[in-house]
Amino acid sequence: MSSSKRITKELNDCLTSPPPSITITLPSESNISLWHITLTAPPESIYSGGKFGLIVQFPPEYPFKPPTITFATRIYHPNITNETNGSICLSLLKTDNWKPSTKIVTVLEAIRQLLVEPQPDDPLETRIAEQYKNERKEFEKEARAYVGRYAKGPVQFGTEAGAATTGGEGQQQQQQVS
Amino acid sequence: MDTDDEFMSTVSSEDDMLPDDSDNDISGDDDFGFDDEPDPDLGIQQDIGQNKRAPYDVSFRVYEPQDIQQQQDVLIDEVNMILNISKEESAILLRHFRWNKERLLEQYMDHREKALEAAGLSQTTSAPPKLEVIPGFCCDICCEDEEGLQSFALKCGHRFCVDCYRHYLGQKIREEGEAARIQCPAEGCNIIIDARSLDLLVTAELTERYHKLLNRTYVEDKETLKWCPAPDCQNAIECGIKKKDLTRIVPTVACSCSHRFCFGCILNDHQPAPCELVKKWLKKCADDSETANWISANTKECPKCNSTIEKNGGCNHMTCRKCKHEFCWMCMGLWSEHGTSWYNCNRFEEKSGTDARDAQAKSRVSLERYLHYYNRYANHEQSARLDKDLFAKTEKKMVQLQKESGMSWIEVQYLSAASMALQTCRQTLMWTYAFAFYLARNNLTTIFEDNQKDLELAVESLSEMFEKPVTELADSRLKVDIMDKTSYCNKRRIILLDDTARNLSEGKWIFNVEFSNPTPISGPSSRK
Repeated sequence: MSSSKRITKELNDCLTSPPPSITITLPSESNISLWHITLTAPPESIYSGGKFGLIVQFPPEYPFKPPTITFATRIYHPNITNETNGSICLSLLKTDNWKPSTKIVTVLEAIRQLLVEPQPDDPLETRIAEQYKNERKEFEKEARAYVGRYAKGPVQFGTEAGAATTGGEGQQQQQQVS
Repeated sequence: MDTDDEFMSTVSSEDDMLPDDSDNDISGDDDFGFDDEPDPDLGIQQDIGQNKRAPYDVSFRVYEPQDIQQQQDVLIDEVNMILNISKEESAILLRHFRWNKERLLEQYMDHREKALEAAGLSQTTSAPPKLEVIPGFCCDICCEDEEGLQSFALKCGHRFCVDCYRHYLGQKIREEGEAARIQCPAEGCNIIIDARSLDLLVTAELTERYHKLLNRTYVEDKETLKWCPAPDCQNAIECGIKKKDLTRIVPTVACSCSHRFCFGCILNDHQPAPCELVKKWLKKCADDSETANWISANTKECPKCNSTIEKNGGCNHMTCRKCKHEFCWMCMGLWSEHGTSWYNCNRFEEKSGTDARDAQAKSRVSLERYLHYYNRYANHEQSARLDKDLFAKTEKKMVQLQKESGMSWIEVQYLSAASMALQTCRQTLMWTYAFAFYLARNNLTTIFEDNQKDLELAVESLSEMFEKPVTELADSRLKVDIMDKTSYCNKRRIILLDDTARNLSEGKWIFNVEFSNPTPISGPSSRK
C-alpha cells in the first residue's frame, strides 16, 4: 500500500487551503510521515490565547491504521494526559472506530473541538474530569494557569519528542512529574 | 515386615469396605456403579432420560461446528422467507438482534426503517454486488486514479478501489478478529458488509476465517451457548442454566471431546462446590498472604528422621527412603494406625468458642482451619496429576506385558477405567474440601463429611492398588479387586454428589460466607 501518496495528497490539500487556526510544518523534509502542528486555541475555548504543539505520526499502514497524535505542549484537560507528549482520548482515533477514509483535517478539527468542549464522561485524567464536572471555576482557573505557564511564546516540540512518540518517552516524563 | 504391613493394610481395607458396600447397594452387584456413572458420551442423549435425572445433573447438548452453522442457516432461511429479504440481509438483521427471531420480526413489523438502520442496512435493495470500473474514479483511501482501476461500493454508494477494500477487510478479519460488524470504510457510514460482498472481495482463506468468526459471534451472542474451553476443541455446548440459578446448582457439562467443565464459569468441573464459592476459594488460594503456607504444604519432613520428602505417587501411604518409616502423608501419623482405625483425618475438629476472646489465637485457628482444607484440596489436585503420570507409565508397561504374557488389549482396559475413576473422584474430592471450608457446621455437615470420608477412603485404596508393580497388576485376583474398587469409587462419588446437589437445590446448606445474590428462599442464615 502506498501510504506516501495519500499523505502527500493530504499534506498538499492542507498547505493549499489550510484549516482554520492550524499551521503544519515538517521537521524533516525527507520524512513526510511526521508532522508538527501548531494549533491556536479557539477563542471561544477556555484555552484561548494559547498555542499548542501537536505531533502527528503516520504509521506505515496508514490510512488503514489511525495516525498517532500527541500534545507536545502541556495542557490541563480531562481528555489529554497531564504530561509532555500528552495522549489524546478521541474515539475517532481508536483502532476499532478508525475508518481509512477519515482525513487528518477531520481529526485535527475534532481535536480543536475537544478544546472547546471537553468530554468529561470519557476521561483520561479522572481527577480533572471530576473537577470539570463539579468545580468548573477551579478547573478554568487551573486550565488558564497552564496556558500561561506552557502555551505562550514559540511552540516547542522537543528535540527527541518528534522522533519517538513511544511509551518509553512518556514513562520517563511521568516519573519526572511524580 | 515391610511388605507384611502393606499386605495387612490392603486386606483390612477390603474388610472395612465390604459391609459398607452391601449397606448401600442391595443388589450387591459391583458392576452396578457403571450404570450410574455419568458417562460423558451420554450427555447428548440426556434429553431422552429426562425424568430420571440426578440432582447434580443438568440437561445439555453438544454442538459440532456444522451443527452451529446449520442452526444459523435455519434461522436465516426462516427470516428470509417471512420478510422476503435476501439471506445476507437476514443474517445481518439476526446478528443485530442477537439471534432473537421473535424480537427481530416484531421490531421489523413495527418500525421497519428503524430496525434496518440500526442493524446497518440501507433500505434500497439492489442487484448482487459486483466490481466495477468507473471512468474518472479516484480512490478516497489511497488516492490512486489510474485508468481501469477496479472499484467496489456497498449499497451506501461509498466507492473505494478493490486493493484498499481488500486490505481493509483483511486487517479487520485477520488482525482485529472482527466479522459481524465490519462497516463500510467511509467515515461515519455504518453500513455493514454482508457475506456475499465479502466473498467477492477477499481470498478463500480469509473467507473461511470470516465465517469462523461469524460462527463465533453466534455462540457468543446466545446466552444458552458456550464454547468448550478445551484446547483445539471447536464444539459448543447448549445448556439452559441461567446465571441466577448458579447458587442452587453446579452445572457440570461434558463435551464430546471428553472435557468436563462448569457451564456457569467455564472452569474445570468443580462439583460439589457452587461457582461463587469456587471463585472465593481460588482467590483466597491465589492471595499472596497464603503463598508461604502453600510452599510449606508442598514438601514435608519424615516424622522420624526429618529427611525432606516430596510426594511421588498418588497414594498417601509413604515409606521413607532413608529410614523406611511408614506414615500417612496427610496426618503424618503412623501408617500402621491407619491400618486398623482407618482414615480419620478428613474432618477438621473446630475448637469450641473458649479461646474466641483471644483474637490472636482465633486468627491462628482460622489459619489452621484454612490450611487443613487447603492441604487436602492441594493434595488431591497433586495426587490426581501423579496418578495420571503413573498411568502413562503403567500403560507402557502394560503394552510390554501384553506381548509377554499374551493378555489382549481389551483385558488391560480395566486400568484405564481405574485411572479415569481416580481422576474424576479426586477432582470431586478436591472441591469437597473447598466446599467444606465455607460450610457452617450442622447435622448435614456430618453426613457430608461421612460421604467425603467414604469416597476418600475408596479413592486412596484404589490409588494404592494402582501403584503396584506391573507384574502384580497382571494377577487376575488384583485385576478383579481393582475393577470392584473402581466401580465402588464411582458409586461413592455419585452418592456424595447426589446428597450435596439435593441440599444445594433445596437451599439447606448454611455457608459461613454471604452469596452476592442470595436467593429469596434462603433460610434463617440470611441477613436480618
